[in-house]
Amino acid sequence: MNSYCTRMTVHNLYIFDRNGSCLYYNEWNRKKQAGISKEEEFKLMYGMLFSIRSFVSKMSPLDMKEGFLSFQTSRYRLHYYETPSGLRFVMNTDLSVSNARETLQHIYSNLYVEYIVKNPVCDSTHSLDSELFSSRLDAFIRALPYYSPRAA
Amino acid sequence: MVIFSVYVVNKAGGLIYQYDNYVPRAEAEKTFSYPLDLVLKHHDEKVVVSFGQRDGIRVGHAVLSINGVDVIGKNTADGKDTLEYLKDAANYPVSIRFGRARLSSNEKLMLASMFHSLFAIGSQLSPEVGSSGIEMLETDVFKLHCFQTLTGIKFIVLADPRQSGIDALLRKIYEIYSDFALKNPFYSLEMPIRCELFDQNLKSSLEIAEKAGNFGAGS
Repeated sequence: MNSYCTRMTVHNLYIFDRNGSCLYYNEWNRKKQAGISKEEEFKLMYGMLFSIRSFVSKMSPLDMKEGFLSFQTSRYRLHYYETPSGLRFVMNTDLSVSNARETLQHIYSNLYVEYIVKNPVCDSTHSLDSELFSSRLDAFIRALPYYSPRAA
Repeated sequence: MVIFSVYVVNKAGGLIYQYDNYVPRAEAEKTFSYPLDLVLKHHDEKVVVSFGQRDGIRVGHAVLSINGVDVIGKNTADGKDTLEYLKDAANYPVSIRFGRARLSSNEKLMLASMFHSLFAIGSQLSPEVGSSGIEMLETDVFKLHCFQTLTGIKFIVLADPRQSGIDALLRKIYEIYSDFALKNPFYSLEMPIRCELFDQNLKSSLEIAEKAGNFGAGS
């Protein structure tokens, strides 16, 4: 059980606007890069999520309310949260985290809205440039109950 | 606790088998008088609701039938364009049935190939070494489970989010595939599966999985 706990972690976080541009990206515990440039990776991630949403809306046997929530592979889980304004929060964690929706909602309402939207100097249509936002977000992620930095 | 459907995809991404076990049809039939207070539009060879959600009729629902007669694509059963027909006041009052559009077999083929690619991208974008592709995808109304064999065949099951035992069910479907499709001398690899015994055994294992809520090991 001990070795299982040391694997609890957040790998990375992306924030996309509704046009597909990546507004923010940070990584905490990423072991493997995608093998393509960051720009391409953002486009691929956004494209994959766009396709997943379209796929899910066609495949779904019933009418959906929230739509796509997360997916998991053998090694990680991707959590997705989209605000009504089209802002998309994507977080990759390890498999022990089953539901990060509240975390992502908290990041939106308590961090993004507070430090970006309410900041008259911050232009939320371009890359999020607020140091306060980055440091608060970093502190928040590190304080999560399921975050524990891996032994190097 | 319900299993909605099963898809089997070959290693090139082509759909080789599809079975709908339970397809819930949430439909709403209402009588309307002129003018229609919903906004309809053409989408993908169908007429869908674009605006005006109410009374069980949601945005995205397609026109399924008019006055009890099923529509065919964009046209009514008589061959008239549905939107034109509904713009004509002389045709009112009219009874229209709306609901989620059924997937045509072409659309299922496309969705299976789409998932095949998404599965691979999930592996590529992994922040961890040695990740597989997407094994489970969750939404608020269904969960999609995928098992990829060593030869690249994917068994995909769509089920209720609370349904358990799907992993064991996927292994069981693999077993049924190897017993009744692969061992069938008339079946060619990677081709659509048309083996009666495969169908029968698949249906019964789905029934067992649904009833048990948990597919028992050692069956």
